[in-house]
Amino acid sequence: MTLFQFLATTAFYAAMLGILIAAALCVTVRNLFHSAVFLAFTLIGIAMLYFFLQAEFIAAMQILLYVGAIMTLIVFAVMLTSRMGNPAVPQSFKNKKIVFLPLGLVGFILISAILKTPWETSEPQTAVNAVTLGKALMNQYVFPFEVVSLVLLVALIGAIVIARSE
Amino acid sequence: MLNTIDQIFIKAKQIILDILSPFLPEWMMILISIFIVIVTLCVFGPVVMMYLTLLERKFIGRMQNRYGPNRCGIFGLLQPLSDGIKMFTKEDIVPQKADPFAHFLGPITVIIPSLLVFSVIPFGRNMIPSDLSIGILFFFAVASTSTLWIFTAAWGSRNKFSLLGGMRAVAQMVSYEIPMLLSIVPALLVVGSFSTVAIVNAQEGLQWFVFTPWGLVGFILFFLTGVAEVNRCPFDLPEGESEIIAGFHTEYSGMKFALFYMAEYMNAFSVSALVTTVYLGGWQGPILPSWLWFFAKTFVLISIMMWFRGTFPRMRVDQLMGFAWRGLLPLAFINLLAAALWVHLSFPLNDILSFCILTVSVLMIYVANRKVAPKKRIYKYAYE
Repeated sequence: MTLFQFLATTAFYAAMLGILIAAALCVTVRNLFHSAVFLAFTLIGIAMLYFFLQAEFIAAMQILLYVGAIMTLIVFAVMLTSRMGNPAVPQSFKNKKIVFLPLGLVGFILISAILKTPWETSEPQTAVNAVTLGKALMNQYVFPFEVVSLVLLVALIGAIVIARSE
Repeated sequence: MLNTIDQIFIKAKQIILDILSPFLPEWMMILISIFIVIVTLCVFGPVVMMYLTLLERKFIGRMQNRYGPNRCGIFGLLQPLSDGIKMFTKEDIVPQKADPFAHFLGPITVIIPSLLVFSVIPFGRNMIPSDLSIGILFFFAVASTSTLWIFTAAWGSRNKFSLLGGMRAVAQMVSYEIPMLLSIVPALLVVGSFSTVAIVNAQEGLQWFVFTPWGLVGFILFFLTGVAEVNRCPFDLPEGESEIIAGFHTEYSGMKFALFYMAEYMNAFSVSALVTTVYLGGWQGPILPSWLWFFAKTFVLISIMMWFRGTFPRMRVDQLMGFAWRGLLPLAFINLLAAALWVHLSFPLNDILSFCILTVSVLMIYVANRKVAPKKRIYKYAYE
C-alpha cells in the first residue's frame, strides 16, 4: 500500500505546486481579466485540497461561494469597467513601490502567525459534516447566526433602496 | 434473472476486475477500478450528447411537419458520427483581435463541469460513480462554475455580440441559481441528507416526491429553473440568434464550437437526471431494471425540454428576470414552508394543509404579477 500512498502524496504536492503557480501568475499577469481567471484556478485548487483531505462540505462551499459567487462578482466588475477589453490601454505596475510597504507588513504578520501556530494534531480529527454544522448553527451559535442574517437583510434592503432612487 | 439484468453493469465491471486480478498488484487494481468508472463516464457523456442532437433534430422536425435527418444510416442514426467528423476536420478560426488565452481556455474549461457532475448521479441501483455525502451540493457547486468559463469565452472573443451573450449568460445564471437551490431544499429537508443515494432510497415503492403537494411544486420549479440554467429554449437568451448572432460562441468554429454544443447537451442531460433523482424517484420503479427506469424518466424530461423548444417563443430579458424574481423565488420560499409543515404534521392533515397553502400562494403570486393595464380613457370633451 506504500506505493499507493506515495502516489497520493505526490498528487497532493503537485496540486499544491499548481495552486502556487496559479497564485503567482494571478498577481504578476498584466491583464486584469487573466489574473481573475488565475484567481479562479487558485480557488478551485484549494477546493481540491479540501476534497483530498475529505472535508467535502467545506470543499463544496469553497467552490459554491468563491468560484460561483465571488468570481461572478469580479466578472461583473470586469463588465462594468469599460476599458478592460481594450488591449491598447497599457496596464503597468507603476504603483509598485507604494504598494510594497503595506503588502510587506501584511505578509510579515501572516508568515509570523503561521510560524507561531502549533500545527501537529495528536490524532486524526473527523471532518465537520453538514449535519453537525447545521445543529451547531441552530443551537450553540444561534445568536451570531441571527445577527449575520439581520446584517444581510439590512444590506439587501439598502441595495434595493439605492437601486430604486433614480 | 431480473436481478442479473438490474446489476448487469456492476457485474461487467466485476468480471473485468476478476480477469485482471491474478496478474496485477493490489494498488493497480484500485486504480483500474477507478479508471473503469472514469472512462465509462467520459465516453458516456459525449455519446449521450451525440444522440441527443439527433433526437432533438428528429423531434423538432416532426413538430415542424418535416422528417429531420434521414440520409446517414437508417433513421439517420449515423448522422451524429458524420457531424463529429465534420467538426473535427473544420478549420479552427481564431479572430485576429481575440485574446488567444481566453479564447482557447473558454471551450476547454466549459466541458469539465458538465463531465464532473455525472459523478454524483445514481444511474441505477448501486450504480453511482461516487457516493459523496454532499452529492447535491457538489452538483450545484460544480455546475455554478460553468458561468465563469462561458464569460471567459465571450470576453476572449473580443466581439460585442459575444460579450453581450456572455453578460446575459451571467445575469441569467445568477438570477436562476437562487430559485434553483431553494427549489431543491424541501427534498433535502424531508430526507435529511445531501447524498443523492439517500434521496433516491427515501422514495422507495412509488413514494416519489412528485406525488406530494410540495413535491409537485418543487418538481415544476426545479425543472423550469434547470431549463433556464442550461440555457435552453425558452430561456436561451445568451445565444438568441435573432438578436446577437450566436451569443457567446459567435467567434467559435470547428471543434471548439462543438465543445460548447457538447457542454450544453450534457448539461441538459445532467439537469434532467438530477430532477429525476430528486423528485421522480431516481431509479425506483416496479418490474423493469433500475437503470432502464432512470433513463426512461430522464429522457421523458429531455423530451419535454425539446417540446418546449418546439412550442415556446424566446422570452424577453425583462420577462425572464421578472419570472425568476417575482414568480419562482416567492413560490420556492412558500414551498419550503409547506414542506416543513408536511414533515411536522401527520398523514391526512399534512397533505391537505400543504396543498391549500400552495394553491392559495400560487393564485396570489399569479394575481400579484398580473399585468396592470390602465383603463381605456374616454375623452368626453376632447373633440368638441
